[in-house]
Amino acid sequence: MYDSLHHRAPAGPVGAMSARAVLASELNGKGRISRIRTLRSDGPLVLRKSNPKGPEPLTRRRHDVARVALAAGTAGPLGGDDYALDVNVGAGSTLVLQEVSAMLILPGQGGAQSKMAINITVEQGATFVWWAEPVIAAHRCNHLHDVRIALAPDARMILREEILLGRHGEAPGDFSSRLRITRGGLALYDQQIAFGPSSDGWDGAAVLGGHRATGSVIAVDPDWVDAPPAAAPFDQNAALTPLAGPGAAIGAVAPDSLELRRLLMRGVTELGPSWAT
Amino acid sequence: MARTGLGRQAALLVLADGRLPAGGYAHSGGLEPAVAARRVTDMAELEAFLVGRAETAGVIAAAFAAAACARALRDDLSQMPELEAELDARIPSPELRKVSRDLGRQLRRAMSSIHPHPHFADLGPAPHQPIVMGVAAAALGLDAQDAALAILHENNSGAAAAAAKLMPVDPFDVHAILARMAERLDRLAGRAAALAGGPPADLPSPGAPLADIAAEHHRRRDVRLFAS
Repeated sequence: MYDSLHHRAPAGPVGAMSARAVLASELNGKGRISRIRTLRSDGPLVLRKSNPKGPEPLTRRRHDVARVALAAGTAGPLGGDDYALDVNVGAGSTLVLQEVSAMLILPGQGGAQSKMAINITVEQGATFVWWAEPVIAAHRCNHLHDVRIALAPDARMILREEILLGRHGEAPGDFSSRLRITRGGLALYDQQIAFGPSSDGWDGAAVLGGHRATGSVIAVDPDWVDAPPAAAPFDQNAALTPLAGPGAAIGAVAPDSLELRRLLMRGVTELGPSWAT
Repeated sequence: MARTGLGRQAALLVLADGRLPAGGYAHSGGLEPAVAARRVTDMAELEAFLVGRAETAGVIAAAFAAAACARALRDDLSQMPELEAELDARIPSPELRKVSRDLGRQLRRAMSSIHPHPHFADLGPAPHQPIVMGVAAAALGLDAQDAALAILHENNSGAAAAAAKLMPVDPFDVHAILARMAERLDRLAGRAAALAGGPPADLPSPGAPLADIAAEHHRRRDVRLFAS
């Protein structure tokens, strides 16, 4: 159904959306409680405070964290859209960012590229938990996803990323995602994944091997400087691997999102008590 | 200074030859675990495996070899520790980081004897293979694109050669894949050379989830033909 659109003159994408949301947390000086300092939604990127009702998983079961949910205000991103999310986790604070639903990336007019740039800084002594929902690369999409995280040397962080190659039964569009994490300015983790009709080799046995879902959990903990978690290939399609610094990556491929989630969450149990859910 | 003409082409052949005594023959580039997991069972899957590998680990190795070569040609090794750290960040599997450093150490030992150059001693105790390849290429008077092509070819032909020992294949069919990939390797080497002078943080980082997972399984296997 998009064929007719693709033959149009490639004028600038009509109705393309540009959005920049900002989120920041800080430590309340008196009570040592984390709170939201900035919460600026923009169009499709809707940020909502969601106060914890009990001990928060992945934060050593704290009650006093700042918690925010990211929701989609519109469908998309669609081709041509340009989204940005800036997150600052202020010194000593704990921010938990969750998402309300999966992000469905759709094609736009003329095959224009959509972009999502997420820049996160986690300051000294701060903790950032980002429990994202899947990103779904729909048929004929053309998307560039770019996530940069700058950690202070003593910051803690855990995130989950899940990528689905198309909706059920469809071939994915062109999708490229980069996740780069630095610690004290030095590279700790940098991985891109690209697939779709314009990429080669991703379906082969070295990369995704015909699987329809891939994802990872990355955890960084300054307590691991001396004793990182041991490597654990805990499934034929998943492994926990200690990084060259105080971090660990759990990588997995799966036929579908349910199995991917199951593998990643099993990997989290291998991280040890400091990341107990 | 980069040499020109025939002497330079011959030097590239020496560096990229699988018979260079630098330990590459002991590795299958992840093919053995892929065959053991029955992810590669026929020639089409072998070709998809090799293309996927070239487009991920190959692109990274080529980019870092080219970047190291460009710096060695300027006699400026100050960014080598940063290149090493950036490469570590692009290899989640500790087993694959170790393989890269083992191969780097062996390549340095071989090249220090074959074609000595003071730069070899200036690399850390266990430099990554692409870094050593870049420095070795510069020492032979080759340029960044040559360094990228040498490591792409060495890694690709090494994995392809392993296929003959791991699968019931016709070696002519395997080499037909290498011939079909020749244009791709040239293109990837050209792209690596174009990025060689830029900041190490901007070098590409295409990941290969199954290669990392399979490498960790392989290390724990009792019976194996290849170290990786």
